[in-house]
Amino acid sequence: MSARTATDLEIRLPALSPTMESGRLAKWYVSEGDRVAAGDVLAEIETDKATMEFEAETPGTISRLLIPAGGEPIPVDTALALFTPDTQPATQPPRAPEAASAADAGKEAAPAGGSDAPAPAAPQTPAARKPDTSWPQPDWPAATPTRPQTVRDALRDALAEEMHRDAEVFLIGEEVGEHQGAYKVSRGLRDDFGAARVVDTPITEQGFTGLAIGAAFAGLKPVVEFMSFAYALPALGQIVQSAAKARAMTGGALTCPITFRGPNGAPPRVAAQHGTDLAAWAAQIPGLKVAMPYTAADAKGLLKAAIRDPDPVIFLEHELLYGESFDVPTGIDHILPFGRAAIRRPGSDVTLVAAGLAVRHALHAAEALAAIGISAEVIDLRSLRPIDYDTILASLRKTNRCVTVEEGWPVASLGDHLAARITQRTFDWLDAPVLSATGEDIPLPYAANLDSLARVSVEKIVALARQTCYK
Amino acid sequence: MGAGQTPQNPAERPAKSPAASAGRAAEVTVEGAAQATALGLYREMLRIRRFEEKAGQLYGMGLIGGYCHLCIGQEAVPVGLEAVARSDDRRITSYRSHGLMLACGMDPARIMAELLGRATGYSGGKGGSMHMASPAHGFFGGHAIVGAQVPIGTGLAFADRYRGEDRVSFVYFGDAAANQGQVAESYHLAALWKLPVIFVIENNQHGADLPPGGAAAAPDLHSRGAGYGIPGEAVDGMDVEAVIAAGARARAHCAAGRGPVILEMKTYRYRGHSMADPAKYRTREDMHRVRQEKDAIARIRAMLTSRHGVSEDALKTIDREIKAEVSAAAETACAAPEPARDALMQDVPTGAETI
Ligand SMILES: Cc1ncc(C[n+]2csc(CCOP(=O)(O)OP(=O)(O)O)c2C)c(N)n1
Repeated sequence: MSARTATDLEIRLPALSPTMESGRLAKWYVSEGDRVAAGDVLAEIETDKATMEFEAETPGTISRLLIPAGGEPIPVDTALALFTPDTQPATQPPRAPEAASAADAGKEAAPAGGSDAPAPAAPQTPAARKPDTSWPQPDWPAATPTRPQTVRDALRDALAEEMHRDAEVFLIGEEVGEHQGAYKVSRGLRDDFGAARVVDTPITEQGFTGLAIGAAFAGLKPVVEFMSFAYALPALGQIVQSAAKARAMTGGALTCPITFRGPNGAPPRVAAQHGTDLAAWAAQIPGLKVAMPYTAADAKGLLKAAIRDPDPVIFLEHELLYGESFDVPTGIDHILPFGRAAIRRPGSDVTLVAAGLAVRHALHAAEALAAIGISAEVIDLRSLRPIDYDTILASLRKTNRCVTVEEGWPVASLGDHLAARITQRTFDWLDAPVLSATGEDIPLPYAANLDSLARVSVEKIVALARQTCYK
Repeated sequence: MGAGQTPQNPAERPAKSPAASAGRAAEVTVEGAAQATALGLYREMLRIRRFEEKAGQLYGMGLIGGYCHLCIGQEAVPVGLEAVARSDDRRITSYRSHGLMLACGMDPARIMAELLGRATGYSGGKGGSMHMASPAHGFFGGHAIVGAQVPIGTGLAFADRYRGEDRVSFVYFGDAAANQGQVAESYHLAALWKLPVIFVIENNQHGADLPPGGAAAAPDLHSRGAGYGIPGEAVDGMDVEAVIAAGARARAHCAAGRGPVILEMKTYRYRGHSMADPAKYRTREDMHRVRQEKDAIARIRAMLTSRHGVSEDALKTIDREIKAEVSAAAETACAAPEPARDALMQDVPTGAETI
């Protein structure tokens, strides 16, 4: 082991994806004293999504390895090795101190607040979210055993169970087979069910969406995976014109038992064209059912319900939830019917209504509100069409105040719709106008500071909830 | 974009690359272009490579976020075609856009600033790596939705035909994008109306994670226009001279009013699809072999010494200059401020609604 010299650079753990916060150093390809050329592989890094190699940027010598292979996950930007570059200073990457300060600046600029932080990158140590047992959990029988599972694995199990149960269920989309899904939701499915039932497509969203709808007309039960719902937009004509309207326009002669699923909404800094939340759009369309789960148990139960449903279902997942763990019932055929909301946290002063990732924001906001003496009840809608108005209205009769929470845009939003229904049906119980916390009314900007300002946030929810309570 | 408030960078290069300014596009010959501009081509390609390497480093340091697609290995395609494009021609591409932007003369410091999300970036920090445009350079964007730029680029050519202007539109897309339905529709429209558009397929042989040929029923992408009567040509996209020769032929065809052309550039991407792609679908040995045998920059470097008698020292000087230029661009970009808070609500036509 050589001592550090003045010209040594630190090689730090790079961020290899937009949401990567940590990684495990699986393997070193170099030893101390090795000469490396630019482009040589230095090490293999494991994240929750993939195993990746990373390379030397410039030629030089590895002087010291600081982190042994095979240990625990470590945060991005941790120094992994010391490196003596060959070339003259002008051609080097930024010196270590600059690198450190620049990286710190990057961190400061990252979306503020725990609410928008990327999903934990290390499923190896799942911190299971314990359900609040003080509140009834009617989704499965009381004696059912549960185990912690990520949303990603719960979705995978739902697919596998339904494909085992029914040979006419198949999965189709980009990279679902050989690559096991862009977010690894279909891990192992092609090995279990073969390429005929886990179908890799070229990049032809309009084509494979229309094709799957045709297969559904013919009686099969396709599950269409969009790598992102941003890429479902080219196929929206097929979904709305053909899948959604078929039953009504043919007087019931055609039915379309199909599930369209994939990540919706925006992980940090993906900018305008990848940053669209389609929840309100989907919920507007008669002929579709729309599910938007938050917990792993709901993801599993709703996906199984969607696959068994005789009509088309839009199933909205979120990249930032895939790695989150929740308790999931085991040993039962867990189906969650559409149109049943859940109360995630009981409260008496204000009702927060949300779905999907927005439930996480609402729960964090409820904690912050509790600290200032406001008791917030958090309702997780779980499905957006049909909507469980009864649960919302019952809560409103208790709290008399409501803030809706969603990632999407404010105009003609879910919040606007809920505010209208609530006002129409419980006007006499309301002590304040229903307010909506939403993303800003703009295409999602890229810059770190603007990205976080553009999103719905815990701070915005808290401010609106206080407004309804006049505090 | 925030162009209104974006300070003009005095270092902005002319709207056209030095390589191309050597001659009017119509008069460019293979030999003439190659000899007069070989050094310029070398510089242009090297600038792209160093820029992309720097972007990769800054991504690794967490300074660039979201998606970032590098074009290392593919430099000869935009540089060769920009050598035959007229400065007022139009160009449009996918999210893998940095190389074309540099080749058509956009300012590296402002591109880097955009990658970093800074106010001085081409989109005022609001677009990032995938969403920049500079109509002054005839560059109509970076587009993140695979295939979407193909009908849009066809529309640029439609506008020129409509106004009776003699520009040509260069529409770049990937081999996987070639399978999108809107590409077939664009071919048909361009052929039907004889639009002056060059469809440039950058066949780097990897559509995201797909292995080569993994998803194409007919792998000869240049012949897909045959049913519409569109001529197509496969080109060694790792050889900048071949790119220039094919580009000059295609541009002349379009300029003569004979309608669209398809150029399938056989090229290679050394890095993963995006910074998040482990590129497990090919072996490192394959990549190294291509890099050793075909690298466009190494090839022109060898040609400069053997054919044009340029000394190794002179080339090293250029290498140092380009490195310094890219480092300076990165430093300028890193020092630029984030967009002002006010920028958040700007550039939304109806005015952003707030409660
Ligand atoms: C409509 C759509 N579908 C999927 C994606 C995700 N995606 C981005 S790039 C890409 C691969 C494109 O490959 P290719 O067209 O060959 O271009 P390359 O990236 O190799 O330059 C995919 C699947 C997308 N951006 N848009």
